[in-house]
Amino acid sequence: MAFQSVEHLISCSTQTPLWKAVLLDDCQDRDVKEEESFSRMETLWQAMVDSVDSYDPQRRSASGLSGGQGAKMEGVEHTLCGPFMQQVIATALKVGEHNACMGRIVAAPTAGASGVMPAVLLPLCRSEGLSTQTMVECLYVAAGFGQVIATRASISGAEGGCQAEIGSASGMAAAALVHARGGSAEQMAHACAMALQNVLGLVCDPVAGLVEVPCVKRNVMGAVNAMACADMALAGITAAIPCDQVIDAMATVGRTLPSALRETGKGGLAATPAGRAIAQQQAKPAP
Amino acid sequence: MNIFDIMGPIMVGPSSSHTAGAARMGRVARHLLGSQPVKAVIQLHGSFADTGKGHGTDRAIVAGLLDLAPDHPDIPRSFQLAQEAGMEVSIHPVDLPGAHPNTALIHLTDAQGHTLSVSASSLGGGRIRVNAIDEMEASFSGELPTLIIRNQDRPGIVSQVSQVLSEHQANIATMQLYRDRRGGLAVMVIECDNHLSPALVDELSHLDGVEKCTYLNMEGC
Repeated sequence: MAFQSVEHLISCSTQTPLWKAVLLDDCQDRDVKEEESFSRMETLWQAMVDSVDSYDPQRRSASGLSGGQGAKMEGVEHTLCGPFMQQVIATALKVGEHNACMGRIVAAPTAGASGVMPAVLLPLCRSEGLSTQTMVECLYVAAGFGQVIATRASISGAEGGCQAEIGSASGMAAAALVHARGGSAEQMAHACAMALQNVLGLVCDPVAGLVEVPCVKRNVMGAVNAMACADMALAGITAAIPCDQVIDAMATVGRTLPSALRETGKGGLAATPAGRAIAQQQAKPAP
Repeated sequence: MNIFDIMGPIMVGPSSSHTAGAARMGRVARHLLGSQPVKAVIQLHGSFADTGKGHGTDRAIVAGLLDLAPDHPDIPRSFQLAQEAGMEVSIHPVDLPGAHPNTALIHLTDAQGHTLSVSASSLGGGRIRVNAIDEMEASFSGELPTLIIRNQDRPGIVSQVSQVLSEHQANIATMQLYRDRRGGLAVMVIECDNHLSPALVDELSHLDGVEKCTYLNMEGC
């Protein structure tokens, strides 16, 4: 039936956990058994883990713009962000680069934003020894919030700019992290709302039209933003604007963005002298 | 939109709308044609035209025409595979005023000389919408078993079709009707909840007034 509002999503999770409400809705929607839905989500979790673990630091994208940065980040000692956040940043880079190199990833909600969910979940899973069950539950929570975002706004950069891709992923990831720490449905909504508020208006301006610059590094921003917003929500900090209204604002902002800033590769960073130079370089026929 | 349209698909990068959606678009077009095309003319509009090359949109559509899934590792080398398979491919930009920014027109010819034109848009997250078939309006995702019936526009045909479906216990999920003019050519697009048997599809295609019945089932694709 698809959740049309976060308010509805929360109201469905009074008797049953939010992740379970999303699972039950999927079972009804697709006429499948609970085990079938769960095992499909588990397959996605496994593919996310694989997209991180199959990272090859030597691999470069066809353009030569991406590759090797995840390993570089991982190799640094004494980062400002500390070892855990370092792992989050490195994981986001790894998946973003793997995607740019035409590797196999899980769109969550899109390929350009595929680094955000694994970046926040996998380091947490490994450092705290969380179960696969918990990780799959987190994906249901993220999918439930994502469904509302997709219904009321958009998850396509061409329609809504980068806020619809990295922004959506960040909001979904923030809600999922709240679940991983045992937070309430209301806290998930606040975390999602805050994460989306922070990226409202983010434009989609890929240099040379490729999902590389700035996309790979924006996965890092989406992941770090999700961590901060989840921590805020868990600390009892709330968003002044309800999540549904933030999503509606995101839809309006997306419609207002000029086409040059919606994945056409014609505005923003793509239109800078350096961005144009890279695009020209890419347009040259291969030797 | 189902949660697995949000979380997933598992796919070869770099773009769900420009790579995975494009691959699915090609695959749906191929299944609508019914066999592997020997010739494909692909026109790309909007963001597809502007950034399609860098996203591998062109290679992804061709991979779909070769029936490769969006997570198939051979997507990057689909041009070579098409050449080996004897599929002649050409790709051009096109401007379609008012169309969704990620839209492609795919014109196909099969080995028997049958042609098919499909207009489709990639909506994000790997999902697509078919906008038109042979220039007749339609609107479906290909996610459910779908019937596309071309018939003469005259009284009673919808009722005959729904009767056949009902006799086979097929439940209609959505139904759309289009026509070019009164008494002219009409198109029915019917999405069903379950897979339809070849016998049912055959029965529909032999109904009086039905010119062509195409059945699209992308389940498991």
